[in-house]
Amino acid sequence: MDGSERVFDDRTPGVEEHEPTASVLSYTAGLALAILATILSFVVSQTHLLWPPGIPVGLIVLAFAQIGVHLVFFLHLGSAPDNTNNILALAFGVLIVFLVITGSIWIIANLNANMMPM
Amino acid sequence: MTIATIDTVSTGVRTGLARGRGGGGPAPKRIVVAYGFWIFILSDIVMFSGLFAAYAVLSGNTAGGPTGAELFNLRNVFIETMCLLFSSYTCGLGALSAERRQPGRFYLFAALTFVLGAAFLFIEASEFAGMVAKGAGPSRSGFLSGFFTLVGTHGVHVTSGLIWLIYLVAQVVVKGLRAAVLRRLLCWSLFWHALDIVWVGVFTLVYLMGDFR
Repeated sequence: MDGSERVFDDRTPGVEEHEPTASVLSYTAGLALAILATILSFVVSQTHLLWPPGIPVGLIVLAFAQIGVHLVFFLHLGSAPDNTNNILALAFGVLIVFLVITGSIWIIANLNANMMPM
Repeated sequence: MTIATIDTVSTGVRTGLARGRGGGGPAPKRIVVAYGFWIFILSDIVMFSGLFAAYAVLSGNTAGGPTGAELFNLRNVFIETMCLLFSSYTCGLGALSAERRQPGRFYLFAALTFVLGAAFLFIEASEFAGMVAKGAGPSRSGFLSGFFTLVGTHGVHVTSGLIWLIYLVAQVVVKGLRAAVLRRLLCWSLFWHALDIVWVGVFTLVYLMGDFR
């Protein structure tokens, strides 16, 4: 019995090592899903398909969905154990992005609310 | 199978290759290079997050000037989005052809990627020129400063990606699809896909949230 089937090589984003034949399919599926998300975003923003006050939330959800599609189908980031390093680096990046954006919006909204009326 | 055999396999001593858990020595150069470039891309995205945050807090401050709803042409933005998305697709197929040592297909997909990226830049540049001509340049209001900084930085990235692509195609012509060139192509394709990811944030936050009915 050869145990080498059960150990993993290191992997890196952008490379699908083990199934080269699946790659064109992966890019095409990603393209189709990304086009779908893009069209839905534009439709949602220009129609009353969604309850109007919910449109920004809907747009943010669609953007996150599309970013997920890009990461999985174009950059081939998955949940496999050999992808742990790449996912951990991404998670740290997402943490910093979240802190910078929500922190800035929160602080400036607070300053605006406490501003003297002009 | 004895315990000693299992141990040999799991630490990778038998193959001399790294096995993803730190055993067996350093990872192949290709993995190290692309992982390092992945860290750079994440730092670039962190820089963009600062520009997104600046735009988000400035977007309401139009100083009596034009608002996004008056300036943006969503049909153009949709065409730009599709250009970038399809260029990401052809970039992926080009990288795949390079991995499979198919130079003819690689040149075709590289050319398609370049044309789509250049079309995106052309639409963006004419949008900027039109806005400046209407008196809505970056110095008009806080909203427009944030807009030109964020969208302009993305455009500069796309421009440098196109210049980098020309440089890489020249390398493939001169040196062929050898390992070092393939590593550079891998870094470039990561960069190009990352630009598309940033653009998803741009068209959602700037264009669609700035102009929904």
